[in-house]
Amino acid sequence: MKHVRNFSIVAHIDHGKSTLADRLIQHAGLVSERDFHDQLLDNMDIERERGITIKSQTVCLPYKSKSGIDYMLDLIDTPGHVDFSYEVSRALASCEGVLLLIDAAQGVEAQTHANLYAALEQDLTIVPVINKIDLPTANIDLTKKQMELELGLDPDDAILCSAKEGEGIEDILEAIVHRIPPPGGDPDKPLTALIFDAQYDPFRGAVISCRLFDGSVKAGDSVRLISTDTVYAVEELGIFQMNREKRKSLSAGDVGYLIAGIKTVSDTRIGDTIVMADDSTAIPLPGFKDVKPVVFSSIYPIDRDDNASLADALERYRLNDAALVFQRDSSVALGHGFRCGFLGLLHLEIFQERLEREFGQSIIMTSPSVRYTFELKSGETITIDNPEFYPDPTTIEQSMEPYIRANILIPERYMGPVMKLCLDRRGVNPHFSYPTRGRIEVIVELPLAEVIYDFYDRLKTITQGYGSFDYELIEDRKSDLVKLDLLVNGERVDALSTIVFKDRSRARAVQICERLKEEIPRQMFKIAIQGAIGGRIIARSTITARRKDVTAKCYGGDITRKRKLLEKQARGKKRMKMVGQVMIPQSAFVSVLKTKDE
Amino acid sequence: MNEPSPGLYVHVPFCKSKCNYCGFYSSTGLEAIDDWLGSLREEAALNSVEFETFGTLYIGGGTPSLLSERRFAKMVEYLRSVYRFLPGAEITIEVNPDDITPNKLKSYKETGVNRISLGVQSLNDRQLSFLGRRHRSADALRALDVIHESGFSNVGVDLIYGFEGQSASSWKKTLSSILEFMPEHISCYLMSIEPCTRFGGMVSDGLIKETGEDLQVELYIDTSEILSSAGYIHYEVSNFSLGDEFVSRHNSKYWRHVDYLGLGPSAHSFLKPRRWWNVRSVDDYCRMLGDGKKPLGGQEVLSDRQLENESILLGMRTREGVDIEQLRNRPEWERILESLERGSLAEVVGGRLIPTLKGYLFADSLPLLFMD
Repeated sequence: MKHVRNFSIVAHIDHGKSTLADRLIQHAGLVSERDFHDQLLDNMDIERERGITIKSQTVCLPYKSKSGIDYMLDLIDTPGHVDFSYEVSRALASCEGVLLLIDAAQGVEAQTHANLYAALEQDLTIVPVINKIDLPTANIDLTKKQMELELGLDPDDAILCSAKEGEGIEDILEAIVHRIPPPGGDPDKPLTALIFDAQYDPFRGAVISCRLFDGSVKAGDSVRLISTDTVYAVEELGIFQMNREKRKSLSAGDVGYLIAGIKTVSDTRIGDTIVMADDSTAIPLPGFKDVKPVVFSSIYPIDRDDNASLADALERYRLNDAALVFQRDSSVALGHGFRCGFLGLLHLEIFQERLEREFGQSIIMTSPSVRYTFELKSGETITIDNPEFYPDPTTIEQSMEPYIRANILIPERYMGPVMKLCLDRRGVNPHFSYPTRGRIEVIVELPLAEVIYDFYDRLKTITQGYGSFDYELIEDRKSDLVKLDLLVNGERVDALSTIVFKDRSRARAVQICERLKEEIPRQMFKIAIQGAIGGRIIARSTITARRKDVTAKCYGGDITRKRKLLEKQARGKKRMKMVGQVMIPQSAFVSVLKTKDE
Repeated sequence: MNEPSPGLYVHVPFCKSKCNYCGFYSSTGLEAIDDWLGSLREEAALNSVEFETFGTLYIGGGTPSLLSERRFAKMVEYLRSVYRFLPGAEITIEVNPDDITPNKLKSYKETGVNRISLGVQSLNDRQLSFLGRRHRSADALRALDVIHESGFSNVGVDLIYGFEGQSASSWKKTLSSILEFMPEHISCYLMSIEPCTRFGGMVSDGLIKETGEDLQVELYIDTSEILSSAGYIHYEVSNFSLGDEFVSRHNSKYWRHVDYLGLGPSAHSFLKPRRWWNVRSVDDYCRMLGDGKKPLGGQEVLSDRQLENESILLGMRTREGVDIEQLRNRPEWERILESLERGSLAEVVGGRLIPTLKGYLFADSLPLLFMD
């Protein structure tokens, strides 16, 4: 009989999830003091900088309980953003319980709710942990009261801890052992395992993270991935410690990894079920979704000669990011590039940052778009995700755009401004419910195009961080759409075109012209920026010419300083794109969709 | 015009007080002057292997005119014993109006100084005190008279304009008063406030404002027109001379990429393709030389590309411009040339790309067009 517990830590951002994970790892003796650093599970620079988890990690913690029994505690880390909510749900499906972490100074917050519901949906045992009790501003009593009133949890169940000081860690480990049920399942039944993640290893290909529900698997077995119906021979399997630890076999209840000669992570599907190759009657585990990109953007190398190197970088990037899709694309203004699809905006931003940092690519990214459908008078239906392919308007019978159902959880006091935001973004059919006192859940249908850029940012600003947001795609709906073109000194810049809702096209055009005016630096000549629909100018802004750019003094022999400044500016220029005579900075292309803070 | 012999610069790092706009290195610890002079000799000797003959000597600062006649004469005498100066070498000293006496000028003359650069800056007392200058406008006018009477036939005047509290008309008044003396050389510097100056601090504290771009541009163009019609050549962004023979031959070496040796704290030297610069503080400077070491603060070896970039950035600041052979291999040269000509920023004359007056106003932007 094995003593295993599978759990995850969930928390509102900044409530100390990574610190607690670090502490548990340290307690288990998996890292030496010397190798210890903060955010052990977040390997990417960008994760540490942003304090978020992008790629989840799993680690198996050996623990000897107070009653003297040796346990293996599988900590399954989860990515922390709405773009990855599907991945989070699959990770939680692999657990029997969660530690619900609450900051003693901040109390219950939006994501505390969202996380609790996500865990309850999977029928998991909740272990509430009140963290940061060492802070002078900690208010344990109030936090407990909130737990009871807002979350409906028994405050007596809460464990007090300070992950920073290492207080309460033993109590948490004991609670994991005693409160979270051991995994069920029968090792003698046919194999059923859930893929909840996959990482890329340059030498081994895809390394699948999976949870076995029934049966067992060993090296040499032939396994089948149900959704892709592909068969692979298991080369190696084992459990996660700080590194991979090879084992002979895995069986029901275990969480571990599997290497089976799968070349890239795109050949695996998160949420898919692994069964034995000869088991033709196996039923897939519930909850599988084929995740499709919903946000599209084109990328171009800043230097046109770098196209081949960008293509190579994308291929390498995709090895570890199954959700990224891309194909070749070209623009008159920007040359040859790629059209890419993403799960959401954070996914897009992370992609852009990693591509630049880890792959050394200097790119220009166009403003993101959703996928539009047009029914033409000819009876034909076309789908486009790039404004460039907007059909001749006289041929359009009707146009459609994707809608989402947004689930917004906010403290009651923000109701007014949040409703205004939703209506400004063409929200329809709002429904309200009151999950706990003082909180409102707003369910509203919105065009996806209205939320892809800065909706979440705006929501967070309006609600001072207390608003949580989740969404699901519902359907394409009829919508009156037009293509808005942008002209810079009379030249149409195809990469700046967007598809907009007709009734708001003028307001959008004005807004974009003003935005571009801020983004494009003043140059030696006047620059006219115009917004046009079908050749008709509907908005305009002007960037006045610079009148001088000269340093009066240049002697004393210190020419080095001057040249270095010039070299720095020349590097900056590389990040600009020349459109005709006008230098347009990279940021301008994405700024088009940003709205101003009202 | 070619003057391949290198130039020698001596930095006198002392001032009685610090001007509000000045970003050059100087110290007000005048008691260190003799130590510095001793170290300067050491430094001159250490460099006598790489440099031997100079075509110009420029003694700048700081405030060279606060050196006594005796110290000054001994310093130049020593330099002459270590190095050779070509016959007819231009020897310049920067002076402050309130330091000028007939005796001082006489001694300068005896040591071979043949060019005086006078820091007038303004002829308005209120503006002079705003700038933090020690002298009054009457001192400057008197100095100009005395210099003239002492028989110097190559005199430069430094002026500053385009700062808060100076109207267009008061600037033009300063200019026309100076023009009554017809100095051989006039430098007119548009005020640019550097972060590490007293003015820099005052701007960030909101105590003073920078003059708007439009007014500065208007003053710049007026200045060029006024001086041109008085017979001056606008030969560099901020420099005017009464004919080709009165350009600053020393400064032109910097702009033409000729080698130069700089002695004294913070001075820069250039011996193609290497450039190096001295430590800034007088104490460090003296200590290092006391240990028999060159007071090196830093150095770099320029690649061919960097040398070329420098000669473009320097050339676009002068009437001599840049040899188009140097530019032809730059990406999109044809297109850039076309837009420069269309925008009246530069023109090709005799195989060189020469900035126009409007081009001078964009002297920091134009070189960037050729960088890849």
